[in-house]
Parts: sequence; C-alpha cells; structure tokens
Amino acid sequence: MTSSMHVPDQPARGKLRIYLGYAAGVGKTYQMLNDAQALAKGGKDVVIGYFEPHGRADTIAKTYGLPLIPRRKVAYRNAQFEEMDTAAILARKPAICVVDEFPHSNIPGSAHAKRWQDVQALLDAGIDVLTTMNIQHLESLNDQVLHISGIQVRETIPDWVVQQADQVVMVDLTPRALLNRLICGVVYAPDKAQKALDHFFKESTLVALRELALRQTAHEVEIRQLDLEELPNLEDELSLANVFTANEFAPKPEAVHGGPKERILVYVTADPSSAMAIRRAKRVADYLQADCFAVAVCLHEDMRELDAAARQAVERHLNFARNLHVEARLLEGQDVAATLVDFARRNGVTQLFLARPKERGLPSLTRRRLPHQVVQLARDMQVTVVADRVSIS
Amino acid sequence: MTERTKKPTPEELLFLAETEQGKQRGKLKVFLGYASGVGKSFRLVDEGRRRKERGEDVIVGAIQPGTSHEVKAALVNLEIAPLLKLGESLLKAPVIDVHAILHRRPRVCLVDGLAYDNPPGTRNPTRWRDVQELLDAGIDIITSINIQYIAELRERVAAVTGKQVQSTVPQAFLFAAEEIVVVDVPPEMCITADAVEQTGQMSRRLSELREIALLFAADVVDHQLAQYLQRNGLTQSFGTQECILVCVTQRTNAKTMLESGKRNANRFHGELIAAYVRQHDLSADDQEALERNLALARQNGAEVEILEGEDPIQAILNFASERGITQIFVGHTLQNKWWQRLAGSYVRSHLGNHVDRLIDRAHGMDVRVFPH
Repeated sequence: MTSSMHVPDQPARGKLRIYLGYAAGVGKTYQMLNDAQALAKGGKDVVIGYFEPHGRADTIAKTYGLPLIPRRKVAYRNAQFEEMDTAAILARKPAICVVDEFPHSNIPGSAHAKRWQDVQALLDAGIDVLTTMNIQHLESLNDQVLHISGIQVRETIPDWVVQQADQVVMVDLTPRALLNRLICGVVYAPDKAQKALDHFFKESTLVALRELALRQTAHEVEIRQLDLEELPNLEDELSLANVFTANEFAPKPEAVHGGPKERILVYVTADPSSAMAIRRAKRVADYLQADCFAVAVCLHEDMRELDAAARQAVERHLNFARNLHVEARLLEGQDVAATLVDFARRNGVTQLFLARPKERGLPSLTRRRLPHQVVQLARDMQVTVVADRVSIS
Repeated sequence: MTERTKKPTPEELLFLAETEQGKQRGKLKVFLGYASGVGKSFRLVDEGRRRKERGEDVIVGAIQPGTSHEVKAALVNLEIAPLLKLGESLLKAPVIDVHAILHRRPRVCLVDGLAYDNPPGTRNPTRWRDVQELLDAGIDIITSINIQYIAELRERVAAVTGKQVQSTVPQAFLFAAEEIVVVDVPPEMCITADAVEQTGQMSRRLSELREIALLFAADVVDHQLAQYLQRNGLTQSFGTQECILVCVTQRTNAKTMLESGKRNANRFHGELIAAYVRQHDLSADDQEALERNLALARQNGAEVEILEGEDPIQAILNFASERGITQIFVGHTLQNKWWQRLAGSYVRSHLGNHVDRLIDRAHGMDVRVFPH
C-alpha cells in the first residue's frame, strides 16, 4: 500500500470492511445490513449503494430505513442491466456506504470494469464501505477452489485489495444449516436450488471452502496485528478487564517470525499454467511476508521468436502478475535457466517458482528439464515446482 | 473421477449424520467466541427462538447472567428450566437441573456457557458432563463457549490475556460436536474513527484471541472433513490446510530444509511432517547422519514417519497423498550417479533421477527442491 501524503483538502481515505463467507446463503448480506443499521442508529450517515435482495425476506427487512441510491440503468446488447451508480454515491457523499457483492464485474462500457474498482473510488473520496464476498473469489485461491469445487471462478479479487481492507469479518454458518436453508428455499428459488445442491453445494465442498475461509480470515487478522501497537498502558488494562472480566495481564512474549527475509521469483511463460504459478508464488510470498517478482525470458526484446498468440499470452501473464502487485518484467536471454538464475542471484532471490512441466504431447526435453537445469545452476536457492491443482470432483 | 459416484447427495448425508451417531444421541451445536460480548448468547437464543417457531420443543437449561435486552427479547417465548437451588452460598456456581430436564424431555436444550465446574456433591463435576448426559439421553444441545475455556488452548490464551481460567472443557468434547460456529465480530464494533477509541494494546490482544478462535474452528472443520472423507471411503485431499512433508535422508541438508519447513508451517498454521524411506544397506556413518537428521526433525516440531517401500519415490508419493500433503521438500544431489553418467542422456531422460520423478508424479503438490 502506498502511503498517502496528507493533503489538507483531500479527505482521509475511507475504511473498508469485508464480510467474508464461503457460499451464497451463509448470511453475509444480512450481517452487513445488521451492522449498517446499528451504525445508522448510532447517528452515522449510512446509505445503500448496491444491494442484491435475492428475494430473501429477512434480509430485505434489514434495509428498511436506510436510504437506497438508485441503480444506474445500462443498455448493453439490446438488454437492460443495472449497476451501482458510483457517481451518484460520490455526489451524495455519505459517511458509510453498503456495497453488496464485491467481486461483481460491471457491464462493458462502465467507468470501471470491476465493482472493487468502484469501491476504491468511494474509499478515495473518504467514504467508508461495507461489502461482502465469498472466499472462492480471492485470486490466490483460484486454483485451490477449482480443485475443491470443480468450478473455475471467473470473478476474482486481487489479494492486495483484500489486504487493504481495514477489517475482514468471517460470516460463519455450518454447512448443515446452509444445506437446510437451501432445501427450505431460503437461498435460491426451488429450480435453482436443486441445481446448486447437485453442483457447488456438496457437503464436502462446503466444508472445505469453510475451512479455507476460516484460515484466510485468521491470516487477515494476523497480518493486521503487525500494525497494532503493543504499548503498556494502565487505562488499556482497565478497559480490557471489561471485555475479559480479567484483572491483570502478563507481559506478552514478543512475536517471533524468525528467518531471513525471503524473495520469491516466479517464472512466467505463454503456458496457461503460468497464472497458477503466479498465484501460488504470491500466496506463499504473502504468508512469508516476502517480496515477489515475475519474469519471462525471451530471445529478443520484442519476442519475435514467438507467434502472436504466444506473445500475447506472455504479456497477459506479466500483466496478470502486475494486477496482483507482483513486479513483472521481460528478460532477454539465450538460455532460460541461466538467464533466470542470473537474474535471481543478482536480485537476492531465495526461492524460484516454476510451473510443473507439461506431459502432454511430445516431451520437450528442455522444458521437462528446466527445474533440473535450474537446480543445477542455483545451488544457493530453493526451486519450487508448483502443483497443477486441477479439479478432482 | 470414480469418486463422483461414491459421493452421497446432501439428503443422504443428512440422513447419514442422523443415524450414524446412534439413534439415541442428541446433537451438539457450539457457538465459539473469542471474548465476552461478541454476541454468542444472542446467536444461541436466537437459534432457539427460530427452532421453537419451526415447531421444535425447545427449553432453556441455562443462560448467562447479565444478558442484553436483545437476548431478553429473544427469550420471551422460550420455556426456562430453573437452575438447581443449592442454597445461598452456592448460587455463584449455577448448576443446571439435569434431573428435571431429563424428566421434561425436550427436543432441544439451550445451555449458554459450557465451562462451569459444579460444586461438590452435585450429579456431575462439570457442566460439560451434564451436557454429555443430556446428549446421551437424546436431547439436542445448543451451547456456547469462549476459547479461553478450552483446556488445550488455556495456556495460549493466558499468554495473551494474562488470565488463567479455572474451569475448562476438553478439546475432544468440542471436536465431537456435530456443528461448531464461530461468532466473529470486529474487535471494535464500529469502523468509524470517532467510535469508542481502542488503544493499540487492547486491539492487539483481541486480535490475537480472534486469530486463535478462527484457527481452532478451522481445525475442528478440518477434523470433520477428514472424518467425512473417511466415512465415505474417499482419500482425496482438498489441500485446505498447508501440510509440509520434508523428505529426510542421511545426505540431505536437513537443517535448512527443516528450518524452512518449520517457518512455512508456522506462517501457514499448517502441519510439518518429516519422512524417511527405510534403507537396509546403510553404513554406520550414514546411519549416524540419518539419526542426527531425524533428531533434528523432532527438534523442529516435525512428526517423524518411517516409510517402507522398494521404490522410495513411490513410498513418499503414497504417503503424501494419504496425508493430504500440499508441499514436498526434497534435497537434490547435484552429481548424477556414476552409472547415470555412463549410461548417458538416454537413461537420464527416461529414468530420470529421483527428484525429476518426484516432480513428474507429485500431482496436486508443490515440490520444493533444496540443493545440497
């Protein structure tokens, strides 16, 4: 996150709170609106910027009394669509805005391609935002979610966007209760419910996604602890006592994260598995609080040795890395392994991430042996061959 | 792909869950919180209210003192079983009236606050044992607990709060619950700047407790998932929890690998396992080096497994897929064996060395190669 310089006329950036769930129907929107009502009751200027009712009566009831900013009507390919009216919200300038379905993609031609970008605009204008998302929309978990659920989630949110949130709150419901709701028709209309039951809503899938969401929330909580001061203060202890009904506090042992600072380099090619390698490298980097870079290696700066499709694919993968806030660049070199390792060494890389060599078609000796070659050259770093986390269901 | 046919439908699952635990035993549902005031009591009573509205016979076995008006409102239409009257001096330890509840035989009993020690001379020494008795009698229980009262977490929580609680509930009792729900709220209930100002220290401690609660719930869920897969004869791994396998031999640079493994396992809150595939022709020196490496593994908190198998790579892969490993750490010998060099590139590319074979065959797992 770039530190924002304080300019007097510019409002402080708004705060973002994400209600994280693991499936439709766990109660994210309900919880968010419940909190929004409490904030409004406390005298805050709260508006609903976007709300998706899904015909759920108890959730709809939670919107009563909160001003709703009318949606923007958009015509696209002879059909009418409705999107959040970001400009109208900015003009209205509430203190807090409720925005349902954070990962939504806007209709082509909208000011922003993604709703999370609309939310950035609201935050920039100093508006606090409450929003909802499911764990499967987190970019770095995309391959794992495919592996668990058999579903390739298209609408994803880069991890850094979630990391920027001031709070991530887990909205928990047991899979059993969720399945009950589904069977009772609370979540979807009956025809859609059966389809959901047959596909996404298998209990094993739900349990696994729930575990992912719990672990992710724990991680989000943990990384925010680094920003929290640990200053001994008598007043704190008195106020803490109210929460814990405890009287005294022992000094906390210092958190030790240990180990040298890691730097991770991920190798990108035209192959689709590059996206997987980037996501995984970035996820590991985030957990280890390591720096992460991505490089592709080509003979020529303009990649003329590749056909147009491959060139575009490499560019796409490098841009994909940049969107995840991974610094990415193209290296020129004859020998992929040597170029990679040389770059890695000059930049103090401790771990190199490569996609798994493909088995389809004729085994290209060089590609199959790339990890081997890299290991031979890079005696001073670790080489990780990233799993192909394909669907198993 | 064969797994698809084995997977039961959700309806079958519900049925399975209902019959499997024994026809008589009631179901346990737990609301788990990280501090007082996160709203467990409300969630619990609200669920009781909804169940009552659905026509279930619900009574309240115990409710925490000092309830909010929200909780009181949800309690209005619920029948409350009075606590045992044990005389003036014992009122501080509220004891649920197990005898009366068993006699009353509700379908569901709400027990707000699971961690209480009963005074000497009562039916059971602790409230969780009271609850167990009610469950055994076929009564469903909805209950609540804060993490500091879980016996196995007590020390960790005390390190954060400085407070050691007396009454605890064993972790195993909660792992056996049919359902466990985390009641998660942001430590500061309001995100705006002028809300109740929280000092760094308090936020920090609450945040650490919240993390412990979420990870505990994730562990319970992981346990449930493992049980579910086992019940249904599935061996697949979902890789929801990072699980690192360090392959140890007498030659590996075990120190680096294990330290890195430990750091990764800690950061991901995952598991660390070290495995060695038994070889029978080790020299005394090699045997000693191996023992040193295995001791190092134990020192780093790894669970150590000795595997058997003609083909070491296959033994590791079998074990890894059984245990749901997500990352394999393996050492790489830089010199090819003399016979490989003699046999030339044909053998090298077709037989490959161990690491290449591992990389080729480790589906769904990252392979991290450590030079040595």
